[in-house]
Amino acid sequence: MTKIFLAGAVAIAVMYAQPPPTNPPAQPPPQQPSEIVTTLTGEGGSAPRLAVPDFIALSPDAETAAVAKTVAQVLWDDLNFEREFAFIPRDVYSTIPRATSFADIPFDRWRELNADGLVVGTVQKTTGGLRVEVRLYNVRNRQMAFGREYTGANARLIAHTASDEIHQTQRALRGVARTKITFNSDRDGERMAGTIENRGVKEIYLADYDGENQRRLTANKTLNITPRWSPDSRAIAFTSYRRGGANIFVSNIFEGTLIEVTKGPAVGENWLPAWSPDGARVAFTSTRDGNPEIYIANRDGSNVRRLTNNPMIDISPTWSPSGTQIAFTSDRTGTPQIWIIDVDGLNAHKVTSESYCDRASWSGPPYNEIAYSSKNGPGFDIKVLDLTTGQTRQLTFGEGSNESPAFAPNGRHIVFTSTRSGKTQVFTVSRDAKNVRQLTKVGNNEKPDWSR
Amino acid sequence: MRRWMVLVMMAVSAIAAAACHKNKAPVLRPAPPPSTTSGAGAPARPPAPPEPVPEPTVVPPEPVRDEAISSASIDELNKTSPLKPVYFELDSDELSAAAQQTLNEDAAVLKRYSTWTVTIEGHCDERGTAEYNLALGERRAVAARAYLVSLGISADRLRTVSYGKEFPFDPGHAEPSWSKNRRAHFVITAK
Repeated sequence: MTKIFLAGAVAIAVMYAQPPPTNPPAQPPPQQPSEIVTTLTGEGGSAPRLAVPDFIALSPDAETAAVAKTVAQVLWDDLNFEREFAFIPRDVYSTIPRATSFADIPFDRWRELNADGLVVGTVQKTTGGLRVEVRLYNVRNRQMAFGREYTGANARLIAHTASDEIHQTQRALRGVARTKITFNSDRDGERMAGTIENRGVKEIYLADYDGENQRRLTANKTLNITPRWSPDSRAIAFTSYRRGGANIFVSNIFEGTLIEVTKGPAVGENWLPAWSPDGARVAFTSTRDGNPEIYIANRDGSNVRRLTNNPMIDISPTWSPSGTQIAFTSDRTGTPQIWIIDVDGLNAHKVTSESYCDRASWSGPPYNEIAYSSKNGPGFDIKVLDLTTGQTRQLTFGEGSNESPAFAPNGRHIVFTSTRSGKTQVFTVSRDAKNVRQLTKVGNNEKPDWSR
Repeated sequence: MRRWMVLVMMAVSAIAAAACHKNKAPVLRPAPPPSTTSGAGAPARPPAPPEPVPEPTVVPPEPVRDEAISSASIDELNKTSPLKPVYFELDSDELSAAAQQTLNEDAAVLKRYSTWTVTIEGHCDERGTAEYNLALGERRAVAARAYLVSLGISADRLRTVSYGKEFPFDPGHAEPSWSKNRRAHFVITAK
């Protein structure tokens, strides 16, 4: 799948296996690497052990030196996030002489630290921004396993791009370093107009997958909640009360246009949009026929059709990766449970039997799992149902209340909210319940979604 | 004026029993928080001891409108809340006997001020999920609306909106707060 760069512009120069020719012509990024000299392996089948020392600043100014440090740090974090590599602790790097160019890398010393791979890079200031060269060497045979040059102004995005490409070429893994998170937040402390009570508005926010670059998308001073990334990461569908009642909107974030998918109050209340995998349609919940049911519409709001039909609550739809089914929450058996229904409205069946489940998120291949929030004691915990085996596992264990899970596009991580640190904050966790990271700190931050 | 209200309440109580859309026994629930203001919607009290009969007064053909209410701005009206909220049990949209009594009084106010239009907001406590609570809050608002309509209030005057658990009235994390946050709340939007 081609990824869209969301911020800044990174032009990836030609891929090469040997040191590059001077001034390589700008070309579109290759879809797949054409030449891989070696693929890095660890000893005895274990994860390759990597070191990522600070990049080499080829320009003498302090800014370039700072960027050289930042790019290496971000790349280290990005590569570490997927845990496909083991890492030599950074604090032992200082025992090894710093390279000043690709010509004087002390491979013997890195080998003494049992490094299998070494990421070495250079940073150079250009008139337009930065030129960053990234190489991954096999320390044992000193062959280059990966080498690319990047130009652009955004150092973090360059590092994210290099990480995704290293994961793709070395591990055949789709990394998430260039993906984004969206969520709603009351951090601005603004008050909703037209109400007597002291109500804080909630606006839609975006952030990088690692919590950096948090920024606001909406500014209408009402309630804007439940944002969802379109599959091409160029639009966000969300629930907004800007017209009084709740309606579905689509914000085309690059064009700066806003589409009204539903136009209440004639069509009741409308909440919780969810994109079809091809981005052509949106499923949502509406009360237009008297009680909450699941509907599907084209992304411009046309061709609305009803999917469920029963007197109980049906809410929180999410699509299967194939686009043929929708998982949703229904209390038609007395308590809210996760159900699956075909997009033609047939074969509705319940897949959970717990006290209270909600907000399904359906992972893409190679997994076939549904994450959801499940009542567990006083609060909620995140659980994952493997649809292939029928097994359920738990990702959180009563640390505050944990809600609103959403899978990363590679199915290896989940973003969710937790009250474990006080207010409601956005966290990520690996699919094996490890590596919990807190992304937000200010205000309440809720209902996150992970871009494709 | 109060005598007129009591009459209305007695008249509607029979309808109220029939209108309860789910015939469950009333559930014991905490009393709603005391009103901070004295208004037309104050709960009915036991009859006061008889007083000396005053001079006969002219009985107006229409129920008397409270001048303070008639002249107040919408914001002022909503601050003093002549329409009292109704409260719900956990994960329930059923109207308790106390909730029905409150709605009887609210209906009397709405009949007296027949030009008012009202938004009924459905709210939930924090113990449900944010997503499902949007539907639960909607059910609470709809339950209150249906009851008022059964008392003869025009449906056109009553809009509903659910805020789920997005706007708690009390930010606390225990039952005294939660019980205030599970409610159908009235906002006057036009008069």
